[in-house]
Amino acid sequence: MSLSELAADAVPADVEPTGRQIQGRSPFRLALSRLLHDKMAVISVIVLFLIVLFAVLAPLFASITHHPYGAQYPDTARDSWGLPKGPSGDFWLGADPLGRDVLVRAAYGARISLGVGIAATILSTILGVIIGVLAGFVGGLVDTVLARFMDVVLSFPYLLVAIVIATTFKPHSTWLSVLITIGVIAFFSFAAMARIVRGQVISLKEKEFIEAARSLGASRMRIMFVDIVPNLVAPVTVLGSLLVPTAIVFEATLSFLGVGIQPPMPSWGSMLNDADYRSSLWLLFVPGGLLLLTTLAFNLLGDGIRDAFDPRSERLITRK
Amino acid sequence: MFRFIIRRLLFGILVLWLVSSTVFGLLHLSPTPVEKMIAGPRASAATVALIRHNLGLDRPFLIQYWSFLKNTFTGDLGYSYVTQSKVASLIADRLPATLWLVFGAAVLWFVGGITTGVLSATKARGLLDRVSTVFVLIGLSIPPFLMALLLLFLFFTKFGDWGIHLFQPGQYVSPLADPTMFLQRMILPWLALAFLIVATYTRLTRGSMMDVLSEDYIRTARAKGLSERRVVYRHGLRAALTPVITQFGVDLGALIGSTIVTEKVFGLQGIGQLVYSSIVQGDTPVILGVTLLTALFVVVANLIVDIGYSFLDPRVRLD
Repeated sequence: MSLSELAADAVPADVEPTGRQIQGRSPFRLALSRLLHDKMAVISVIVLFLIVLFAVLAPLFASITHHPYGAQYPDTARDSWGLPKGPSGDFWLGADPLGRDVLVRAAYGARISLGVGIAATILSTILGVIIGVLAGFVGGLVDTVLARFMDVVLSFPYLLVAIVIATTFKPHSTWLSVLITIGVIAFFSFAAMARIVRGQVISLKEKEFIEAARSLGASRMRIMFVDIVPNLVAPVTVLGSLLVPTAIVFEATLSFLGVGIQPPMPSWGSMLNDADYRSSLWLLFVPGGLLLLTTLAFNLLGDGIRDAFDPRSERLITRK
Repeated sequence: MFRFIIRRLLFGILVLWLVSSTVFGLLHLSPTPVEKMIAGPRASAATVALIRHNLGLDRPFLIQYWSFLKNTFTGDLGYSYVTQSKVASLIADRLPATLWLVFGAAVLWFVGGITTGVLSATKARGLLDRVSTVFVLIGLSIPPFLMALLLLFLFFTKFGDWGIHLFQPGQYVSPLADPTMFLQRMILPWLALAFLIVATYTRLTRGSMMDVLSEDYIRTARAKGLSERRVVYRHGLRAALTPVITQFGVDLGALIGSTIVTEKVFGLQGIGQLVYSSIVQGDTPVILGVTLLTALFVVVANLIVDIGYSFLDPRVRLD
């Protein structure tokens, strides 16, 4: 029998379909299929998709209504008492006290919330993974110093220090304020990530496959980033998905206090800051509702992701 | 045990030093110098220079830092740049409002969280469990300032419209001077703060309680014929509370530094408002004083938790 015949024998060209075939599925695919069966998680994904769409279409709302986000219409958007007008054909979700379009501002605010929330999470995840892996894998003095550093960051009165940082570098350009806000949030959230990663790495590095890699002569860098990091995907994804809503709340809080995103760029937090909602409900409920909807959806999705990776973990939402 | 406490104390001092040095350094990095912020935008160059000299800001950075460390170490927090009064007395004036705020909220969330946690653990998947899950989810997701705004809207603005003036948020009033006014002012801030945190406690108590109730010794207690109430509250709750109390200590310490938002929304004049206005005005000594105080709360709370742990749970040995 020639080699090619052997190969043909081993893999028959046309297999009779005898019932269901068994496929190997990666842990990630398993998790994904579990996630897709999770009703709350799917609803959250749909809600988040709609919010992303809302954010992406912000310029469209601005051009349909002919109201750029920073433009003020003190005459048409306010009544004779100088109070902002409610939802109408011209201002779909009403106007704010300066006569700006709430719908358009909310849409641009969605860009800030999602953008800052996700960017800060990515940044703190990268920082957290690098520092956590270094501390856990290298051990010794490096670990002691890094672990103490995490402890110190975690015991900072973070809101206070965040306000000091944001005020100190209070930038005059909007984009700089976005970058600083992202940096501040990442600095105060990486430690939680690093701590979890460190714990995982300490237990992973005693496993046989790491020993095998070492005996094959793999360098420490290679073991850290090629062998260990892929095994961190599950815990990092779970924690990362729960960091997003925290970061969004953090941004909104800083902007609410006036030290986060600087005008003219709107943010849900700053919209709530200048909301005189006593007479104008939409000023409270439009940005407030969007903010709550977004963080709720991210928390539910994160909960679903955790459950998908580890079905035994305790859930936020009790089933049946 | 002794060595453990010494080690934690040293770490606490390290944290205090690092936190205050970070803030000190940050304030010096500011592109708008403090003397300019204090003098105001229209002050002449000579005035600015005079203020700079009077506040000792023309000395080299390291000298200023050294004198800050030395004064802080001897308990001297200095004088406010803006009001010229002693930082320590400024803080002492504002501290009661914040302490009452945190204390009242803590009682609410501790009692509320444990009660709902225990009830939903013993009747898991019942109605209460489901309702509390929804509240937990909202509590974990909602930004603190939004919670405060919503409560203010419903219980102050709307109730006011309906002619009910039960809650009157405003400046802090001492409970000794006017107990009714004190409650009218404090109830909404308490609720706003407690609602956010009660969620964590409900979850924590529920999880911990469910773990404990599946332990062998609980089965033994049931087998002895003890009443269910005695099993749950005497045998179960006591063991289940350890992680909850740990969290309580940590939260209580950390909360002092994060009442800024609640105080701002409700117009309570506590140390949160004090530090916020000081940051805006560039009043460095006050910012540093409050930073040190809040970090001290965190450090002390953590220390108490660590030590208390060994008393609550005999299995924990400190070394």
